[in-house]
Amino acid sequence: MDKRFVYLDHQATTPVLEEALQAMLPYFREAYGSPSSLHRFGLQVREGLKEAREKIARMINAESEEDLIFTSGGTESSNLAIKGFADANHRKGNHLVISAIEHPSVMNSVEYLTKHGFEVTQVPVDAVGRINPEDVRAAITDKTILVAVHLVNHDIGTIQPVKEIAKITAEKGIALYADALAAAGWMPIDVQDLGVQLLSFSPHRFYGPKGIGVLYRNRKARVTSHIHGGVQENGRRAGTENVPAIIGAGVAAEIAVRDLSKRVEHVAALQKRLYEGLWKHIEYIKLNGPEPGPLRVCNTLNLSTEFIEGEGQLLLLDYQGIAVASGSSCVSKSLKVSHVLSAIKLDHALAQGNIIMSLGKDNTVEDVDYVLDTFPKIVHKLRNMSPMWKEFEEGVIDSVIKPTGRGKSFTEHAAAVSGKAAH
Amino acid sequence: MKETKEYTLYNDTVMDHFLNPRNMGDVQEADGVGEVGAAACGDIMKISLKIRDGKIEDARFKTFGCGSAIASSSMATELIKGRTLEEAKNFSNQEVVDALGGLPPVKIHCSVLAEEALKAAIEDYEAKQAPKTAAA
Ligand code: FES
Repeated sequence: MDKRFVYLDHQATTPVLEEALQAMLPYFREAYGSPSSLHRFGLQVREGLKEAREKIARMINAESEEDLIFTSGGTESSNLAIKGFADANHRKGNHLVISAIEHPSVMNSVEYLTKHGFEVTQVPVDAVGRINPEDVRAAITDKTILVAVHLVNHDIGTIQPVKEIAKITAEKGIALYADALAAAGWMPIDVQDLGVQLLSFSPHRFYGPKGIGVLYRNRKARVTSHIHGGVQENGRRAGTENVPAIIGAGVAAEIAVRDLSKRVEHVAALQKRLYEGLWKHIEYIKLNGPEPGPLRVCNTLNLSTEFIEGEGQLLLLDYQGIAVASGSSCVSKSLKVSHVLSAIKLDHALAQGNIIMSLGKDNTVEDVDYVLDTFPKIVHKLRNMSPMWKEFEEGVIDSVIKPTGRGKSFTEHAAAVSGKAAH
Repeated sequence: MKETKEYTLYNDTVMDHFLNPRNMGDVQEADGVGEVGAAACGDIMKISLKIRDGKIEDARFKTFGCGSAIASSSMATELIKGRTLEEAKNFSNQEVVDALGGLPPVKIHCSVLAEEALKAAIEDYEAKQAPKTAAA
């Protein structure tokens, strides 16, 4: 097949919709006033902001558009949700419950709090990355003020039982914060139906611009501001609004709602085609997270290809025009495998061979077929280069995915040759 | 901004050695084989050597690791061929890094893996030689 460019990293970010871009442009040079100003330049922009806020509120069925706080991005939103809530509620208790596989912006915000008198319980997940709501119940103490769980895992695509968890937190009178970063735009979100008090997301994940994040926070959840200055966002987030980005986010939200079922249907069909094709053409490959279906977000596949490492796969795919991500330790600056893969207790050898492909609305069947044509060749090339593949064929080491009963495990082998246990 | 397709993670030399690795494979009836693992990231590299008259006649590698590790093992085997064992024992990863035109700081350890695999292969050769010399 002819080389083509296939972007399969939509969980990292997406291109801005044409409609969103066109709506943003006048706000750079024509409608450039500050929404805080009282003159007509300001009032004009204020009206645009209000409309954008209403569109975003509708996307998640917020009780009121006043419940939305605009921030600089998903990361700031999680920071504000967690640290802001903890700050505002520390008199009620100092304990938080999160899952073991939250986004780094949640994990690290919580870790920061543990250095300032808070305690945290991390609820484990099962082999496909699902949180058991009963584990959340068991983790709650009389000091717990907040439970934080994501709607969809950013790495392995697992959809979490947030509604069931919300029943438990409601029963106990505790606030629930849901990080919807990997979910927004790819499944319906209704904050009232879910029963969450805080929820955040980032419009650049669904064809809005970067530099804008949203935090929904209803009247039951108080948060203390962390960016101090003027009284923008009702005093909850100071600083002149990123007007063009908010306008673009509004349009992206409106279209995400309008096109949701069409997008989901299209992307889920590609996901299925990719999944079935890869499994047909490549041996010793494992899906991380649930099978495509009701427990998995429609746009991602997270896979581990045995006997080869992930960065090599990523680079060769990139060379062929296919953009993907990887959770391999070689790819991360800390040289650790993704904490999500560790939490689902994925064997180290498989975590090393990790690749994440996330589809978008503009991907086509031809794109998927190109990947299905290209990826098996890459796997073949890298396996030829890998000492592990030959050692597997010779029975020195065994496969984790399809054990033959011959040879020791890769992990034992790696520990023996490196003189150190794999992390 | 250049065009998207003109960007690569590593420089041209590293990319070339990664995409077209030299000396990939196993030396048949090798005189010395070294297999080492990176404690940092868990990757594995294997170098096999053919040694004649105290010189490295052939060197081949196999690598389970990142692009830098593959490029480093390709470059290391290129550099080492034709050297005497004494020279090879002084081989340092810095030579690989320089010949590759530099590696990102976080990827220097991948070149260390190449140095270690080479030295392990020489040790293996010498260990195999020892009984023969003792018997003679
Ligand atoms: S071999 Fe793992 S980072 Fe290079």
